[in-house]
Amino acid sequence: MRQYLLLMSLFAFLFMACGGKKEKNKTSPITRVAPKKIDPLKDKGVGPIKSLKLTAIDKKLAEKGKKEFEANCTACHKVDKNYIGPALKGVTERRNPVWIMNMILNPEVMVKKNQLAKELLVKFNGAPMANQNLTEEQARSILEYFRTLK
Amino acid sequence: MRLKHLLLLMSACLIGITFSCKPPSEKGKISTTDVASRVYVKPGEYDEFYAIISGGFSGQLSIYGLPSGRLLRVIPVFSQDPEKAYGYSEETKPMLNTSFGFIPWDDSHHPELSMTDGVPDGRWVFINGNNTPRIARIDLTTFETAEIIEIPNSGGNHSSPFITENSEYVVAGTRFSVPIPQKDIPINTYKENFKGALSFISIDPKDGEMDVAFQILMPGYDYDLAHAGKGKSRDWVFFTCYNSEQEHSLLEVNASQKDKDFIAAINWKKAEEYLKQGKFKTMPAEYLRNYHDDEKQMAFSERKSSVKVLIPSDCPDLVYYLPTPKSPHGVDVDPTGEYIVGNGKLSSDMSVHSFTKMMEAIKNKEFETTIDGIPVLKYDKILSGIVKQPGLGPLHTEFDGRGNAYTTFFISSEVVKWDVKTKEILDRQPCYYSVGHLMIPGGDSKKPWGKYLVAMNKITKDRYLPTGPELTQSAQLYDISGDKMELLLDFPTIGEPHYAQGIPANLIEPNSVKYYKLEDNHHPHVIRKENEARVERKGKEVHVYLGAIRSHFAPDNIEGIKVGDKVYFHVTNLEQDWDVPHGFSVMGARNSELLIMPGQTESLLWEPMRPGIFPFYCTDFCSALHQEMQGYIRVSPKNSKTKLKWSLD
Repeated sequence: MRQYLLLMSLFAFLFMACGGKKEKNKTSPITRVAPKKIDPLKDKGVGPIKSLKLTAIDKKLAEKGKKEFEANCTACHKVDKNYIGPALKGVTERRNPVWIMNMILNPEVMVKKNQLAKELLVKFNGAPMANQNLTEEQARSILEYFRTLK
Repeated sequence: MRLKHLLLLMSACLIGITFSCKPPSEKGKISTTDVASRVYVKPGEYDEFYAIISGGFSGQLSIYGLPSGRLLRVIPVFSQDPEKAYGYSEETKPMLNTSFGFIPWDDSHHPELSMTDGVPDGRWVFINGNNTPRIARIDLTTFETAEIIEIPNSGGNHSSPFITENSEYVVAGTRFSVPIPQKDIPINTYKENFKGALSFISIDPKDGEMDVAFQILMPGYDYDLAHAGKGKSRDWVFFTCYNSEQEHSLLEVNASQKDKDFIAAINWKKAEEYLKQGKFKTMPAEYLRNYHDDEKQMAFSERKSSVKVLIPSDCPDLVYYLPTPKSPHGVDVDPTGEYIVGNGKLSSDMSVHSFTKMMEAIKNKEFETTIDGIPVLKYDKILSGIVKQPGLGPLHTEFDGRGNAYTTFFISSEVVKWDVKTKEILDRQPCYYSVGHLMIPGGDSKKPWGKYLVAMNKITKDRYLPTGPELTQSAQLYDISGDKMELLLDFPTIGEPHYAQGIPANLIEPNSVKYYKLEDNHHPHVIRKENEARVERKGKEVHVYLGAIRSHFAPDNIEGIKVGDKVYFHVTNLEQDWDVPHGFSVMGARNSELLIMPGQTESLLWEPMRPGIFPFYCTDFCSALHQEMQGYIRVSPKNSKTKLKWSLD
């Protein structure tokens, strides 16, 4: 009987040693947290732009921005109506200007990490915001043009 | 009893557990001597070298990573490729034009990288079309064929396109001698009428543009392979030849009669002097040069009508013959430029000539005889040494930059390593099976990177799962960093690979183009914004200017097309990001799809045959809404009055 007990404990030890390793590999349960209420006018998004100082509208810059917008964005965006992506009239009243620039410059990361961008992606049936590889300067001029669309 | 049983059961369980408990990684553990770890490139990581491997009778060129042996891309060069619309799109059709008209196929042989100071620089790679003599230049920033030039007066462009030390010329020697100029004569007048042309194609150092600078009309032998000199021998190019018997039938027997054939040594600097002095003949010759215009994003053909020819008997010191046993195949010059290896494929020994001795023999006029004005140097005056009984059927040699040469032996199916100076054999490894060419990264340059050797085999037989009568072609990777060669990997190749080039990834990767800038796209049918999309009719020709962006075409509804029209779809990919190609295909198109890179415009001709509604769609999965990227074309009968209109709503 003592032999039997010894073997039993050895068996149990081996079993545990073996099973214990597997235990470690178990993934921890996913924690689901309700999304925070986001103020779209304060959310700056993720990307190269951290802050912006806006002054009175620079008409020249806005004109340049209009051209850039037409050359790079109009395949998917219209001013007055939703198209492949959202209508852009009044966008500066709905979004923080930093967020807008980051959405132009860093769309792949934005739709993965930013809640507002994620929601837009779903709303527009998963149509991805194309990265047109614009410079910060180009994106800034487009933002200026957007400021005139009210 | 019960206890005994229990104990037995327990021990059985224990044994079972101990075995099953062993983690799986231990079972297949990679030891340091395991070769798998040396060819393993982790998912997401890059290979160390690009291998640029000839596609043989596929007519293409393939790009592999080394050491993994992973196939990265097949570049269409001499053959149509419906996947990439090469030779089907309006932009690329001219690339396959020749003086014989449009040709959809060739047999591509020897890739050769452009060089700066005798070292591959990663700008371009050249490859020869063997059947209808041509040389192609591939741009290694885009991995696309940029230019193809036809070689006149040639009859099988095999001894090409080997390059000089600073990419001054690529050479193109003819395997088949033919009457020059071509004429209708009996074949048995071979000896009197047939000549072999060795062509020197100049490379513009700025943009790579090729031009047949001059040809040398040689005796009517078969010019088999070539390599340029380097360092001290940089002014020379060496060509092997067989069939110095000048036979025209049953060459298998008749062209193997003589003990020695030749390596022709050509002094191209001397040729330039003669050209300057005007000692050339201008011969009429019809050939084409096709080139890709980067701004217009399309290929154009240009017709040429003459060529400058040098005759050796008029040009002393231009050519010498180095007697070499026996039907030499490859000719390979070591990194120092001193040793010229003649791979005499029917000889039991290998002759290695010395460049220094060759120059002395020329100075001292040590000539055996003269053939058509070409002095034949005395064999024993130029010989550096003999590699004795190295194997059967030597074909090609490459170098590792550490004083060693590696030669392939077709008949005895092996690679043999030997010392270039002492000619001593150091190692031999079998190949599976019947090796032809071999490649060491930089192995035909002044500074080989060494490390690996790729053997390209003619026969695979039982090496892979069988796929019916036709089996895959194959390459084998050896580690040559140690004293002994070690076989690491077999990997399949496309077509029968003839030669390859290897180059460190960092000489190419940083220059790889990611997308084409729309603002630099000056294609005559480009649209740069979606609102430029339109349909225009010019008589029976209809031009559809389509924009493509994730995930729609503009326009996507087109009406007013009629049976008998020639409809050109000019599709511009409006994306400006890496790896977002769009495809385009239309039902009943009798050519291929289009595959349009970001910022690029490509055109497909469609000739509707019957009335109805015909769909078109994007073939390259571009986004979650790719399946929505589609459109309709309404085709009306020939004489109908349906108005031309288009829309996108």
